[in-house]
Amino acid sequence: MSDQLSAWQLILTGDAALFAIVWLSLAVSLSAVALAALIGMPLGALVALTRFPGRSVLVVLLNAMMGLPPVVVGLAVYLLLSRSGPLGSMGILFTPTAMIIAQTILIVPIIAALTRQTIEDLWAEYRDELTAMDVSQAGRIATLLWDARFSLLTALLAGFGRAAAEVGAVMIVGGNIDGFTRTMTTAVALETSKGNLPLAMGLGLVLVAIVLAINAAAWGTRVWSERQAS
Amino acid sequence: MRATVSDLPLVLDGVSLQAGATTILDRLSLSITPGAPTLIVGPNGSGKTSLLRLLMGLTAPTAGRVSWGGRSESKPVRRAILFQRPVMLRRTAAANVAYALAQAGTPRSERAVRVAALLERVGLFDLAQRPARRLSGGEQQRLALARALARDPEILLLDEPTASLDPAATRGVEEIVLMAAQSGIKIVMASHDLGQVRRLAGEVMFMVRGCLRERAPTAAFLDHPTTPEAAAFLRGDLVI
Repeated sequence: MSDQLSAWQLILTGDAALFAIVWLSLAVSLSAVALAALIGMPLGALVALTRFPGRSVLVVLLNAMMGLPPVVVGLAVYLLLSRSGPLGSMGILFTPTAMIIAQTILIVPIIAALTRQTIEDLWAEYRDELTAMDVSQAGRIATLLWDARFSLLTALLAGFGRAAAEVGAVMIVGGNIDGFTRTMTTAVALETSKGNLPLAMGLGLVLVAIVLAINAAAWGTRVWSERQAS
Repeated sequence: MRATVSDLPLVLDGVSLQAGATTILDRLSLSITPGAPTLIVGPNGSGKTSLLRLLMGLTAPTAGRVSWGGRSESKPVRRAILFQRPVMLRRTAAANVAYALAQAGTPRSERAVRVAALLERVGLFDLAQRPARRLSGGEQQRLALARALARDPEILLLDEPTASLDPAATRGVEEIVLMAAQSGIKIVMASHDLGQVRRLAGEVMFMVRGCLRERAPTAAFLDHPTTPEAAAFLRGDLVI
């Protein structure tokens, strides 16, 4: 009981350490979602619109990679960025940049796979009209992505949910350094193992609340904008 | 230079279309030149839609050759098609027309004026800012007509555009089609409505089982069909 009480106190009193952690987590995960959208959406649309040998393999691979274990992605990025790794000279291991890279890799497959499915369905509907209007390949991709914008919001949310919830990748490449690379999930893991349950629970509550709020906002946006311009 | 390239005459030379063992179109040879509207009639499954898709260049024949103004490249230059169920882009009515104009190469600076003119032409000026998918069936067909006309076509193909419309909406669509025909656009339209044939057609192409059985001026076809199938079709019998 007293643990819960002090968790709420931390949140309500605006505990500085807690909000620094919340802020970093959001910055890392939202950056990763933005980057992954820039890569994953055109990639998914391209796969949806093109036919080439080995396409089925790529589709299965993309779908399978949606379940990529975060620790494995973390390890791979760690090996790339460590001092002796190929990108070691950049010196970005244990920084928020490394965490953004790892989370981007983690969620590109999610966004690409969901985009491919959405765009492929819409293409079946649009194919004849766009062909009759002589729309170029790049124009088709842009048109389909724009016209599927409300459905693609779901892909972004799935990516954000995954990024905000994962511990493994940010733990490995970020190092959970206090005040620098500590996120909500790594902090919850650490504080729980230290026995500092109030902070752990406070962070847990904030994390759940943020995911809920972002999904609610996205849902609201979708309903509102569909009413405006579906 | 769009203006110097023509899609007419549209010529089919020994064209067949097969899907597996099924023959959809059977050795069609015909030529479409500027003139009064041509209506393609025939029972369901006679190949009207397949023929229109082939004329548009959306489907390639399995045998024979299609050419547009002497070119066999299927890229649509000055032709447009209206599908039986046109797909509305998830945008406003005006944005749908603007999109078609952009694809047809209309400079950005001219688009707003032309969007207004085209919407006016199909009677949707007041609904310009309405999401296209909220329009009624008849309004959607008229918007699709505006999109097709945005391509400044020489030939406009229409696949039973009024099949699911009520009489008032049908009249709206037919008036636009007639106006387009009077402005010099060659109309090729599939229909199974003999009243519509009477109202619109200059000539009729009658199809059965993928074959072109008869091609004649409207009055001649309606009054003196030369094949037993056409006579049966005009009587209202089932033609198989």
